[in-house]
Amino acid sequence: MEIVMSIVIGIIFGTAIYLMFSNNIIRVLFGTLMLSHSVHLLLLTMAGLQTGAPPVISLEADTYTDPLPQAMILTAIVINFAITAFMFVLAYRIYQDHGTLDLQQLRGAKDE
Amino acid sequence: MSNLIILPILLPFIAGTILIFFAKSSRLQKIISTVSVLTLVVLSVYLAFLAFQDTIILEAGEWAAPYGIILVLDNLAALMLLITSILAASCLFFAFGTISKKREKFYFYPFYFFLLVGVNGAFLTGDLFNLFVFFEVMLLSSYVLIVNGGSKYQLRESFKYVVLNVFASALFVMGVAWLYSVTGTVNLAQLSERVAEIGQPGIVTVIAVMFFIVFGSKGALFPLYFWLPRSYFGPPAAIAALFGGLLTKVGIYAIIRSFTLIFYHEPLFTHKGLITVVAGLTMFFGVLGAVSQFDFKRILSYHIISQVGYMVMGLGIFTPLAVAGAIFYIVHHMFVKTALFLLAGATEKITGTTDIKAMGGLIKSHPALTWGFFIAAISLAGIPPLSGFFSKFPIILSGFQEGQWVIAAVALLVGLLTLFSMMKIFGYVFWGENKLTEKQSKTSVTKLLIPIAPLVAFSVVLGFAAEPIFAYSLHIAEQILEPSNYVDAVLKE
Repeated sequence: MEIVMSIVIGIIFGTAIYLMFSNNIIRVLFGTLMLSHSVHLLLLTMAGLQTGAPPVISLEADTYTDPLPQAMILTAIVINFAITAFMFVLAYRIYQDHGTLDLQQLRGAKDE
Repeated sequence: MSNLIILPILLPFIAGTILIFFAKSSRLQKIISTVSVLTLVVLSVYLAFLAFQDTIILEAGEWAAPYGIILVLDNLAALMLLITSILAASCLFFAFGTISKKREKFYFYPFYFFLLVGVNGAFLTGDLFNLFVFFEVMLLSSYVLIVNGGSKYQLRESFKYVVLNVFASALFVMGVAWLYSVTGTVNLAQLSERVAEIGQPGIVTVIAVMFFIVFGSKGALFPLYFWLPRSYFGPPAAIAALFGGLLTKVGIYAIIRSFTLIFYHEPLFTHKGLITVVAGLTMFFGVLGAVSQFDFKRILSYHIISQVGYMVMGLGIFTPLAVAGAIFYIVHHMFVKTALFLLAGATEKITGTTDIKAMGGLIKSHPALTWGFFIAAISLAGIPPLSGFFSKFPIILSGFQEGQWVIAAVALLVGLLTLFSMMKIFGYVFWGENKLTEKQSKTSVTKLLIPIAPLVAFSVVLGFAAEPIFAYSLHIAEQILEPSNYVDAVLKE
C-alpha cells in the first residue's frame, strides 16, 4: 500500500513542479497547491498506513493508527490555506497593477 | 517560573491582535507598539539572565517532554531573543518617522508584531514540527510586510519571494515526514537521542542534507540566495532593515541548532564537506554581487549573503572556537547590518534615491550620518578594534588551525572585497562633490539617527568589550556542542 501511495505522491509532486515551471501565475498557484497536497500525503504515508483502525488508543485495541501525523497534517493544511488565500489575493493585485499574469512580462529589468 | 518563557511569543501576539483594532489611529498604534516592544526588551534581558544560570523548559499543559509541545530556553535561544527584541525596538522607532500613513492603515504594526511571534517562537521551540509552524507564522507575516504599500515593484518581486518560500516550506514538511518515519518522533531532544542510538546511517544524512537545503534557502545560502537582493529592495527601509538583520538569521539559527543537536555524527561529510564548501561559495558570490552593484540597498543585501557564509563557515569548521566565532558573528552582524540598512533609509530620505552614483558630498551637510555609516561600514569589513574584527578573527583562526586553508583564504579575500565595496559606498555617497540641492541639504534626519545610534554603539561596545562577550559566546558554543546538555535538560534524565 505504501508503494502505491509513494507512486501517487510522486506523480502529484511531478505535476506540481511542472505547473510551477509554467509562465502563468495561476498555473504556478495551482502548482503550489498540488505541491502541498503531495507533501501532506507523504507525511501520512511515511508514518505507516494502517487500514481499518481508528487513530485512538484504548486499552483493548490491538491495532490503531498513529494520530500524530494526522494532527500535523491538519496543522499544515490550515497554514497552507492561509498562504494560498494570500497568494491568490497577491495574484489578483498583480493583475490589477501590471495588467498581466504572464511571468515573462513580470521579469522587470527596465526600471532597475 | 518556567511559564515566563512563553511570554516572548505571547506578548507580541497579544500586542499585534490589539493593534488590529486600532489600525485607523496612528497615534494609538504608536503608543501601544512602543510599550509592547520596550516590555519585550526588558523581558528578554531578564530571560537571558535566567538562561545563563540554567536551561529553562516549559512543557505546555504539563504534558511531559517527548509527548507534549515544549519550549526550550538555552543560552543560544536567549541570546537570539535578546538581539531580536533590541533590533525590533530600533526598527520600530525608525518606522515611526518613515512609514507612510497609507502603510500604517494597512496593518503595518500588527504584522510587525506577528513577525516577532514567529521569530521568537522559532528560537524557543523544542520540536521540529513547531519549528515549521513558527517558520510559517514568520513567513506569512513577512509576505504581508514585504508587499505592504503595494507598489508595482513590490507586487512583482514579492510573488517570487512567496513562491520560493512556499516551495522550501513544502520541502521542510517533507523532511519532517522522512525523519518521522525513520525515528518516530519530532521532539528535538528525542531526535538527538535516537539518531545517536542508530549512529546516523546514510538515510539520516540524506535527511540532514534536505534540512540544510530548506534552512539554506531561508538563510540565503549559495545557490539559493537569488531571491534576497531583489525582494529586500522593494519594501521601505524599516522593513528591509528588520528583514536583513533578522530573517536570514532565523534560517542560520535553525541550521546551527539542527547540525549541532541532531545531525552531528558525520562531520566529515556534512560539516567539513558540504557546509564548508557552501559557506565558501556563499561568501564569494555574495561579495562579488556587492562589488558589481551601484545601489545602496542592493550592495547591503548582497553583503547579507556573503556574511551569512561566515556564520555557516564557523559551523562547518566545527570546533568550539569556530562555533563561538559564528555566534559572535551573528550578534555583530545583526546589529551592524540593521544599522546600515537604517542608515541607507535615512540617506534615501535626504536624497530620494538609493543609486549611489546619483548622490555625493553628504559629509558636509550631514556629518553625524556620515560618521555613523563610517563606523558601521568599517565594523562590517572587520577593521579592529570594532566588532567585525573580533568575530571574524576566531573563525578564520580556527580555519587555519584545522588545516582548512582554502576556506580561510576565501574568508580573508572576502573581507578585503567587503572593505572595498563599503568604501565604494562611502566614496560615492559621502565624499565627492556636493550633488545635493539646497532643500536636500537642509533636510534634517537627526530624529531618524536616534534609533540607529544604539545599534552603532553596540558595534563599538562589542569591539571594545570583546573579551567578556567572546567568553559568553564560547560558553554558548560549548553548551550547544555537547548535545547531552540539551537532551538531559529536556528529557530530565
